[in-house]
Amino acid sequence: MSDRAASAVEARELTRAFGDFVAVDRISFDVAPGEVFGFLGANGAGKTTAIRMLTGLLAPTSGRGAVAGIDVATRPDDVKRRIGYMSQRFALYDDLTVAENVAFFGAVYGLSRPEVARRRDRTLRRLGAEDLAGARVGRLPLGWRQKLAFAVALLHEPEVVFLDEPTGGVDPVTRRQFWEMIYEAAASGTTVFVTTHYMDEAEYCDRVSIMVAGRIAALGTPTALKQQFDAPTIDEVFLRLARPVGLDAQGPAGAVDRPAADTGATR
Amino acid sequence: MTTDSPRTIEVRDLEKRYGDTAALAGISLDVAAGGLFGLIGADGAGKSTLLRILVTAILPDAGSARLDGLDVVADYREIRRRVGYMPGRFSLYPDLSVEENLDFFASVFGTTVAAGYELIAPIYSQIEPFRTRRAGALSGGMKQKLALSCALVHRPRVLVLDEPSTGVDAVSRVELWDMLERLRDDGLTTIVSTPYMDEAARCDRVALIQGGRLLGPPDAPASVAASLESPLVAVRGAADRAGLLRALRDLPHARHVYAFGEWVHYTDRRDAPAATVAAQVERSLHAGGFAGAEATPARPTIEDVFMERMAAPAGAETA
Repeated sequence: MSDRAASAVEARELTRAFGDFVAVDRISFDVAPGEVFGFLGANGAGKTTAIRMLTGLLAPTSGRGAVAGIDVATRPDDVKRRIGYMSQRFALYDDLTVAENVAFFGAVYGLSRPEVARRRDRTLRRLGAEDLAGARVGRLPLGWRQKLAFAVALLHEPEVVFLDEPTGGVDPVTRRQFWEMIYEAAASGTTVFVTTHYMDEAEYCDRVSIMVAGRIAALGTPTALKQQFDAPTIDEVFLRLARPVGLDAQGPAGAVDRPAADTGATR
Repeated sequence: MTTDSPRTIEVRDLEKRYGDTAALAGISLDVAAGGLFGLIGADGAGKSTLLRILVTAILPDAGSARLDGLDVVADYREIRRRVGYMPGRFSLYPDLSVEENLDFFASVFGTTVAAGYELIAPIYSQIEPFRTRRAGALSGGMKQKLALSCALVHRPRVLVLDEPSTGVDAVSRVELWDMLERLRDDGLTTIVSTPYMDEAARCDRVALIQGGRLLGPPDAPASVAASLESPLVAVRGAADRAGLLRALRDLPHARHVYAFGEWVHYTDRRDAPAATVAAQVERSLHAGGFAGAEATPARPTIEDVFMERMAAPAGAETA
């Protein structure tokens, strides 16, 4: 068995239904090791459900998903050990200090104490945050919290890291710093699977997919997608794919009437 | 109402502290009657604190704020009747249906949905087919439309929206701003906060806010964008983005270098025409091994200005 799978993330006809509602409808794609993969879609398009399947939190109804070569349906706990995850909603414990958060997550991932200490020091040094080790996370500015959360998600050197809207509400300077951390992680071989509502960030990805109503409506490099749709920006590509035609004139159409099945399950 | 009182919102030297943190460190701004004013800044900048003071939910420590001619401290009861407020977090009752939520907000203000229907019709009609659905089961865009309908049902004179577009997708954001422009055209004065720099263009006037202070005087978005001090150059055409960023930062006169969508933006310390700087940057990149690099003068955006002013006080390099 090779240590490294050919695809860091693999989806084959991956599907999840909630009753009659098919939140994710036979999606297929591969993400290469070390790739920065942007996973875009409108609210309710099925992104969160897909991510929950790929992170081993939700069993697929049908189809196959594998992360780091591990099947998400049959070995979800092994998947969880091999990935990093951060979202805007949950990242770190506000009441713990920076060092305590690092120690806690290091222990969760089974790192030894000396190893946790070594990686903590290295992480703080890289962030230029040595002075913050004893600071309570809840008192740090959002941008710092998000950068720390990303560093913590990388602590156990996962093969794939899932970032769910990591830069929401963050100022434009810190947003760029965050993306430079993403580039660094990818350059060192970590695969980055990221969602965002900032369409300029889609341009920073090696490839992006755009989900519409449970399906993948477009997939390719930002340059290829802009050519394919003859659009100047990914924002424009996104709006063309995701905006229901004639919404303003005719009231709700198709995509608007999708209940929030994928978000309702997590809140 | 007199025709010579063009200001609906007047904020003077407003301050608010939470413990050691100055959420507002002296803010002044005016919003014209019928204007659509954007408060642009990241989380923690002070946007919500300012808006909460305007809707009389919290008290300022110093300074004053008047809304529709009324003082936010002395006249808070009357202000609450005249303001429609949509807070940042989901403000509806998730276990009530769409129409029950709307009825509730109408009754709190001693009115009925029918009385306010004309104003909300363009928005509410889009979700009315789902009026019996629990609000908690609505999609993000529909929740936003319901929350906006609830904020408008008592026909306020001033609309205060705290990050209505946060967490909603690009499609719903466009729809939201279409609605706000329609309300503005109907004469409603609106102040809206957002962390999305690109939304500034949809406002009549904007203020950039960071660390409880305004980054420069409020102005029309085009004027704010045009106020960038440094010459701005956009660069692309390198497969190795990280390498391109490093190479540009190493140029002797580089001020700020940052990714900007498909491009990398470069600002220069010298007071030179952007075209001259672009030509120099391109030559340097070609000589430095970036054969395909293309550098061109760029039109500044609000985001470029925001980053320049954020970095300005310390004169520090942007990472």
